[in-house]
Amino acid sequence: MDLLAWTYLLVGLSFALYLGIAIWSRAGSTEEFYVAGGGVSPLANGLATAADWMSAASFMSMAGIISFSGYDGSVYLMGWTGGYVLLALLLAPYLRKFGKFTVPDFVGDRYYSNKARVVAVICALFISFTYVAGQMRGVGIVFSRYLELPIEWGVVIGMAIVFFYAVLGGMKGITYTQVAQYCVLIFAYMVPAIFISMQLTGNPIPQLGLGGDVAGGVPLLDKLDGVLGDLGFADYTSGTKSIPDLFMITLALMVGTAGLPHVIVRFFTVPKVKDARLSAGYALAFIAILYTTAPAIAAFGMYNIIESTSEKPIDQLPEWVQNWQQTKLIQIEDKNGDGTVQYLADPASNELRIDKDIMVLAGPEIAQLPDWVVGLVAAGAMAAALSTAAGLLLVISTSISRDLFKTFRPEISDKKELRIARLSAAGAVILAGYFGINPPGFVAEVVAFAFGLAASSFFPVILLGIFSTRVNKEGAIAGMLTGLVFTISYISYFKFVYPELNTAEHWWWGISPEGIGSLGMALNFLVCFGVSWLTPAPPSHVQQLIQEIRIPKGAGKASNH
Amino acid sequence: MSPSPSKMEQYWKKNLQTLAILLFIWFIVSFGCGILWVEELNSIRIGGFKLGFWFAQQGAIYAFLVLIFVYVVRMNKLDKEFNVNED
Repeated sequence: MDLLAWTYLLVGLSFALYLGIAIWSRAGSTEEFYVAGGGVSPLANGLATAADWMSAASFMSMAGIISFSGYDGSVYLMGWTGGYVLLALLLAPYLRKFGKFTVPDFVGDRYYSNKARVVAVICALFISFTYVAGQMRGVGIVFSRYLELPIEWGVVIGMAIVFFYAVLGGMKGITYTQVAQYCVLIFAYMVPAIFISMQLTGNPIPQLGLGGDVAGGVPLLDKLDGVLGDLGFADYTSGTKSIPDLFMITLALMVGTAGLPHVIVRFFTVPKVKDARLSAGYALAFIAILYTTAPAIAAFGMYNIIESTSEKPIDQLPEWVQNWQQTKLIQIEDKNGDGTVQYLADPASNELRIDKDIMVLAGPEIAQLPDWVVGLVAAGAMAAALSTAAGLLLVISTSISRDLFKTFRPEISDKKELRIARLSAAGAVILAGYFGINPPGFVAEVVAFAFGLAASSFFPVILLGIFSTRVNKEGAIAGMLTGLVFTISYISYFKFVYPELNTAEHWWWGISPEGIGSLGMALNFLVCFGVSWLTPAPPSHVQQLIQEIRIPKGAGKASNH
Repeated sequence: MSPSPSKMEQYWKKNLQTLAILLFIWFIVSFGCGILWVEELNSIRIGGFKLGFWFAQQGAIYAFLVLIFVYVVRMNKLDKEFNVNED
């Protein structure tokens, strides 16, 4: 069987599996649609959370980003895992005890205000939409690269699959497909990594191989530092970002992770408070397998690329370099006409341009693995994109049917609410697909947006809602709006209005737009406290609610009441 | 039967103490060892790794994992002690 046939077979089999699970686990009530009936085991929820969390970008791009930024790439590794500590210790158990279906539910009840609920819904919708457009695009890209279909067709097929299991199955369908998707994606990520690690360092564990020796007995990381230095790049193990910037970006990503609605909502699906704590631990364990392997793939990839191209004759490059040149992910231009490749830091004389996704996508070929492994990586990338898209679509549909519709029309029946939830999921799939086919010019910039907004809007009000009995609705609304407006303004100013000023000397205290969510969060905290102190304390039934969510005893299933 | 208010207060205080200790470690392994003191730690080597770099790309993540599982065990014990557990 040739490569294309293997890819079709493996991607097709994985899709059949997801659809089968969707039919087996379709939702019959709003409770099943929103929180899978509240009966998911901590282990299954951990697996589902990991798949939900790891997107097309985590799977395809993160290793490449680290390859090209070296130590600076650590902000993503620490930021996107450290958030789970905050989630497990500060949010998940209490939100589970609170026992309703959504983040706006909590904000609305704790701050006894439908205005606060609506502000929270707007934040949730904005975060989820910016994120989901990127996922749909990711599905399209995988299709076009591996199955030789146009991106548009890829997006449409991806939409059809997600439509089927998200609309039919709701949270219940999504949960069990995500469990399957995690298994597919982690297997696809690890197989090439293990083989490459073995070839380069003799150690089959990539996490250890990263610290191993390459040919000649030199440690891999030292070798990279030396070679990159010779070519004019910064050392691999020391970065170029300033310490305050590294600090603020890491913080914004951590806090943003803990504040993302599609991650938080996963913890509503387990039966007990202690299950919520435990499943956050499982989730991080499953995420950590990929996140500790990514820096190894990054270093191996960079080493392999330099070893096989730098100063090598253009007509004798390895086969995989030639293959990926056809997709334009590797571009070689012999500027000085000497017939060899010069990879240099100076853009004027550099002759090699490499897309960051190469480090993962070309892995199987670099390691000279059989064709079925290439098909497996395609299925894995698809699993990563689809699982995240489905989780986000559920947040969007829940926000519309429950937080907006049900709040203002409380008399509608469960059956009708379920129909509205399905309709809004369908609408959201179509809208996301549209953005996947016609990506707004700023898709690459929206990650900063989504995390910055989650950090500066949700995280502070949820945290204070649990840990302070004094913070009230005036404080929460003012805090959320301040954080939101400040963060949106700062990011828009540097990303869209004056992109030419987006350099360290113009930033406030050297904080890049990626890290500004941390400052937005601090402002949110300050305003929330200040305004709360100047206005009356929350009423006694809210004080009562806070005392109740602080102890695990008496947590029923997530419910409507 | 819900626990008495003074017991509740004690439980909450112990919970906050646990959080303070664990979050302190969370800060040290990531922002401390991975960012603030990375240069100093890089002068120490473990195998092929510089220690600061190892914390930033590997060690912090392992430490996060341990922190969550320590929290799970500690809270389950605390819940039982104060009889606020769910089963």
